[in-house]
Amino acid sequence: MAMLADPVPEAAARVDTARQRQARITGAILIAFAALVALVFAPGADGDATFRLARFGDALVLPDLVVPGGPFTYVVAAILAFLGARQFLRGGLRWTSLSLGFGLFLLVAAFLVWATAGKSFSLTGMLQATMVRAVPIALGGLAGVLCERVAVVNIAIEGMLLAGAFTGALVGSVAGGMTGLVAAVAVGGLFGFILAALVVTYRMDQIIAGVVINLFVLGLTSYVSSQVFQHYRALNNAPVFATVKIPVLGDIPILGPMIFQQNIFVYGALIMVGVATYYLFHTRYGLRARAVGEHPKAADTLGINVYRTRYVNVTLGGMVAGFGGAWFTLGSVGRFDEGMTGGRGYIGLAAMIFGRWHPVGALAAALVFGFADSLQQKLALLQTPIPSEFLAMAPYIATIVLVAGLVGRARAPAADGKPYVKE
Amino acid sequence: MSEQQPDRAALVDALLKRAAPGRSEFEDLFVVPLFAVVMALILGALTMLATDVSLATIGRSYLALLEGSLGSLRALSETLTAATPLILSGLGLALGFRAGMFNIGAEGQILMGGMAAVIVGFSFPGLPWAVHLPLAMLGGVVVGAIYAGIAGVLRATTGAHEVISTIMLNLISFRLVDYLLRQPWIQKAGRADPISESVLPSAELPRLLAWIDPNLRVHAGIFVALAAVLLVWWVLFRTRLGFEFRASGESPDAARYAGMRAGLIIVSVMAFAGAMSGLAGANQTLGVLGRATPGFSAGIGFNAISVALLGRSHPVGVLFAGLLFGALEAGGRQMQVDAGVSIDLIAIIQALIIVFIAAPLLVRAIFPWGFRRAPDAKE
Repeated sequence: MAMLADPVPEAAARVDTARQRQARITGAILIAFAALVALVFAPGADGDATFRLARFGDALVLPDLVVPGGPFTYVVAAILAFLGARQFLRGGLRWTSLSLGFGLFLLVAAFLVWATAGKSFSLTGMLQATMVRAVPIALGGLAGVLCERVAVVNIAIEGMLLAGAFTGALVGSVAGGMTGLVAAVAVGGLFGFILAALVVTYRMDQIIAGVVINLFVLGLTSYVSSQVFQHYRALNNAPVFATVKIPVLGDIPILGPMIFQQNIFVYGALIMVGVATYYLFHTRYGLRARAVGEHPKAADTLGINVYRTRYVNVTLGGMVAGFGGAWFTLGSVGRFDEGMTGGRGYIGLAAMIFGRWHPVGALAAALVFGFADSLQQKLALLQTPIPSEFLAMAPYIATIVLVAGLVGRARAPAADGKPYVKE
Repeated sequence: MSEQQPDRAALVDALLKRAAPGRSEFEDLFVVPLFAVVMALILGALTMLATDVSLATIGRSYLALLEGSLGSLRALSETLTAATPLILSGLGLALGFRAGMFNIGAEGQILMGGMAAVIVGFSFPGLPWAVHLPLAMLGGVVVGAIYAGIAGVLRATTGAHEVISTIMLNLISFRLVDYLLRQPWIQKAGRADPISESVLPSAELPRLLAWIDPNLRVHAGIFVALAAVLLVWWVLFRTRLGFEFRASGESPDAARYAGMRAGLIIVSVMAFAGAMSGLAGANQTLGVLGRATPGFSAGIGFNAISVALLGRSHPVGVLFAGLLFGALEAGGRQMQVDAGVSIDLIAIIQALIIVFIAAPLLVRAIFPWGFRRAPDAKE
């Protein structure tokens, strides 16, 4: 195939046109945003929008943030139009994805002001919910990062989350929350190991293996929950981990409730993202893992055991997903329901792509999704004229827009999805 | 690429195999699936044992599984009814797999297509049957194709991976159907719950055996499914478009250098797959349900993925895989009634079948005596 490759200048030219086209698409999206804000949000935003920053019982009370509805939305529309026109006319230079990200942020801000105009709304409460809802997505994304860095595509995150949620509920009910959590992590790891065995040793197609694990876990957990939990309700009644407020840090306004007044899952997710970043980019083992993902043959030549590296990292990824799955039961409601993960694993996968295969990026993307998720929940209270179903779609539409708008800039590990056959 | 040498060896090997379809092909097509089904049933029994189901009940449940799928006219009718949408949707997915597109969005395409068929189906009173029914089915086909086409266009223009975008389109479609079912022009008059108007008789797929017993649900959709098998086979193996699909699935780079327009192929594959799933949705609403309710797709779109995989993405394979899964579905319902074992067990068995089918090396490792020689020995 190397013989047929394009000469270099032509390839460079094509890269440029691709970037220009992407910039034009981004520009068009931004201009559409501007039109939306100017035509829909701005005329409807009468009165001031009041955002409550302080919560009852805060040590340090911040005043409310009051935004005049009309002026704010028109200014936002103007900025969006400017950004869009700039991308559309002279795009392909720089800041394409930055503009899109900033544009999305402005759009959401304008939307919030429009929805809150004349009413008041607890911003801090929503940010806290954002963090909570980002946890399973971030952990799913992190699991994806660990697997794809060694070139194993993990569609099975959804199933691993579900398995973790189920195990957490079952073992947690019998033996207490902490044991349940450990068991959930172990079962997540088990499914990671199974995925590794299927794709590394038995060379099954990676996407098929992932889909099958999802189907299997969904079937197994639904089966047990309708066959066993129906009759023995005590088996599905796990304790929920309490919120632990970190002294001093928990009293910081806004950030305190968001990050330092949470339960073990939020702290666990933040710590794991840090540890995974250190592991992947600052240790010898992480370097080996990334080498296996980029060029397994070269890694093999240098004496790295490709198969073992894949097994270890995919199993680790499964354990992370198992921990994230336990959040659904031990971290929030304490009982398992069929299919309760509701596509969070797939959104985690999107968070991983959006986060450019980096743990911190995945966390940031998960926060965006968590924000959309909690926004939809809180907006029901504000009684906007938008039907609740459309609000519920928002995170998914945002995923599509982000993946479509940004994927051109992100690069997957070179060997991603390809089995490696040692000669 | 430095793997020129082994590639050529593999090519020669494949050519030799094609020239003399011998025992290994037989093993691939029959022995592996047989072992897969047997293994999955054994593991399913173990699952039941593990959840405190007695041996007698396990025996009874597998008997019910057989009886409910093949044991009577009613059972056969149920099997065919369950198999029809799986075959239709599985055909579309198989076409996508052939072209290298992994479309997980069948569920959403079924919902949107079925919804469109219902809307056409109750909207035009007074149309003759010969016009109304095809029109309603066409509605399902077109809307399914458009809905899947979104993912295709996104892939072709921006490179957004179809796995992510189709999953998101699925999740969006659930909410969209919920929304539509509450609209006054769709919601059944006098009902507060989300349910659509009933399809008019002139748009219903006729029940084939209603003259024997009105409870026999098998309907004319099965003929549509059979025709679709022929159509997909013809498109895939006898037309230029199908050749381009297969070529870009086998080697996207080679297809591009040969002058095939990758973007156009991606969009048309997705639209074709969506059309088949939309037809499956129309088949459900016009033939079985008679109306739309939230989540009426009931996981058919996900089972269709398994059907396409089990059928090795070949139209005829999909036909048989769809019949097998339809039988499991129909038998599973009987099993739930007779033996009190949850139908979710069927999902476990189906997933296990796919594991063993998709990883033939695993089956060979478990049953070394079933095969002549490990074919990967030379790799």
